[in-house]
Amino acid sequence: MNENLALAETPLVNNHKKLTAKLAPFGGWLMPIQYSGIIEEHNWVRKNAGLFDICHMGEFIIQADLTKSNLGNLVTVNLEGMPLDSCRYGFMLNEQGGIIDDLLVYRIGSSEWMIVVNAATTDKDFSHLKKHLTGARLLENVSQSLGKLDLQGPLAAEVLTDLVGPGIKGLRYYTFDYFTLLGEEIIISRTGYTGELGYELYMPNNKIPELWEKLLSDRRVKPIGLGARDTLRLEMGYSLYGQDIDEKTTPLEAGLGYFVDWEKEFIGKSSLLKQKQDGVTRRMLCFIADSRRSPRHNYRIVYKGKDVGAVTSGSFSPSLGVGIGMGYADCEIPSGEEITLCENSIVINAKTTRKPFYKNGSAKSGEIK
Amino acid sequence: MTVPDNLLYTKDHEWAKLDGDKATIGITDFAQHSLGDITFIDLPKPGAQVKQSAWCATVESVKAASDVYAPLSGEVLKANAELTAHPELVNKSAYEAGWFAVIKIADLEEKKTLMNPVQYKEYIQGLSK
Repeated sequence: MNENLALAETPLVNNHKKLTAKLAPFGGWLMPIQYSGIIEEHNWVRKNAGLFDICHMGEFIIQADLTKSNLGNLVTVNLEGMPLDSCRYGFMLNEQGGIIDDLLVYRIGSSEWMIVVNAATTDKDFSHLKKHLTGARLLENVSQSLGKLDLQGPLAAEVLTDLVGPGIKGLRYYTFDYFTLLGEEIIISRTGYTGELGYELYMPNNKIPELWEKLLSDRRVKPIGLGARDTLRLEMGYSLYGQDIDEKTTPLEAGLGYFVDWEKEFIGKSSLLKQKQDGVTRRMLCFIADSRRSPRHNYRIVYKGKDVGAVTSGSFSPSLGVGIGMGYADCEIPSGEEITLCENSIVINAKTTRKPFYKNGSAKSGEIK
Repeated sequence: MTVPDNLLYTKDHEWAKLDGDKATIGITDFAQHSLGDITFIDLPKPGAQVKQSAWCATVESVKAASDVYAPLSGEVLKANAELTAHPELVNKSAYEAGWFAVIKIADLEEKKTLMNPVQYKEYIQGLSK
C-alpha cells in the first residue's frame, strides 16, 4: 500500500477505517470507495439518506465587485443574474472552449462568492484564477480548512430538521442559507450529485469528525462511498470531470450548453461560438443496455456497423437493473436507436436514450414534508 | 474469509470440487469479497472445452469486469443458469449456490498444480498483508 503514502487524507480517514471501508486513491486523495457494498449504499440513498465525505473537493472565496473585476469572464455562469444565497452550476473554460473544470458558484454577498471545484483540479483551477482574475479584493483557497459533507436522499430534510430546525425545509433547489450547527454558523445548500433531495454542508475541517458522527448517529443515515456516488450520478446522466469532460471537450460537445450564459463575455466564448456555428463534430450520447452486462470506459460505440466513438462512463445501474453509460459519438444519433458497445469479444446491445436514466429522483421536489 | 477444507484452489482465486472425473468450479470467498457486488456473469456453454489457466468466464462487479480462469481443463457439462438472473448468489454463497460450472476433467494430473486449503489460506493471508 505504499502508493497510498503520498495521498492526501480527509479529516475522516480514521472514521472510515473504523467503519472498515474499502479505501482507494481518488484524485490524489485516499477516499472511501464503499462501506457495506455499492448496491446497498446506492439503494439506501434513493430511499433514505446517505452521508458522503466530500472534504477532498476544493473551495475558493472571492471578493470581487462585478463592475470592477473580470470575475464574470472566468466562468460560464451568469453571475450578475444570481440572487443572493443562490448557487449555479457552470464551467471554467480555456481559450479553446475546453473545460478546465466544472464547478458550483455560491453568491454569498453582493460582491462575495464561493466557488466549489473538483479535488484533482483544485490547484490547477486556483492557478488559473490567480493568473486571470483582475480587480478582485480577495482570492483565497480555503480548501485546506473548509470541509464538506453531503447528505443526500428523500429523508435528508427530516434528518437535518432535527439538527438545525424546520428552516431547512424552506431551502429551494440550488439555494443556500446559514444554519447554526455544533456552535458554528455554516452554509448548507440544497444541492448534490445524486438526483435525490439533498444538501451540502460546509463545516470547518476541525469540526467535520463531530458532524460526521452526529449525522451517522441518526438511524436514517448511512455512510456512502465514492462507488455509489458514481452510480448515483451516472443514473442521472451527470458528467464526471476527468472522465466525461476535460480540457479537450467543450460544454457543447458534452451536451451542457444550457450552463453557458451567451449574453456575456467569458474566456473561450469565441471558440464556443465558432463551434456553435460550424456544428460540433462529436456529441455526448447516453445509452441503456438490454442486459445486466455493463459498458465500460473505452468500449467502442458502434452504430449501423460503423465505429463512431468510445464510452466515457459505464456501469451497472442498481435502480434499473441493466447496464447504462455515456460516451461521445462523432455523428448525430437520435434517441431510441440501436447501437452496440464492444471490446474484443464482448458485444453489448444497447439503445440510445435521453438523460436522466433514473427518472424518479427527489432532488427537485417542491414541497418538502 | 472462508476456505472450505474439501476444495482445491488457484492463485487467481478459483476453486474446484473434485468428484471422480468431474469437478464443480467457481470463485472463492476472497475473490467475491474483493470484487464487491457482482452484477453479471458470462459463463461457458455446456459442450465448450476449457483449458487450465485460460479464460472460462467473466465476472462483472459494479466497478469492473474481470476474467475467471479454469482451474482444470475439460469439457463443460453444466453451467449454473441461476447466475444469469441472480449473479449476487456468488456474493452470498461463493462455494454453494454460487458455483459456476461442472466440467469433465480431461487430465487428473493437473490437480497437482492446485493449492490445498492450507496452502491457499497462507496464500491469501500473504496477500492481505
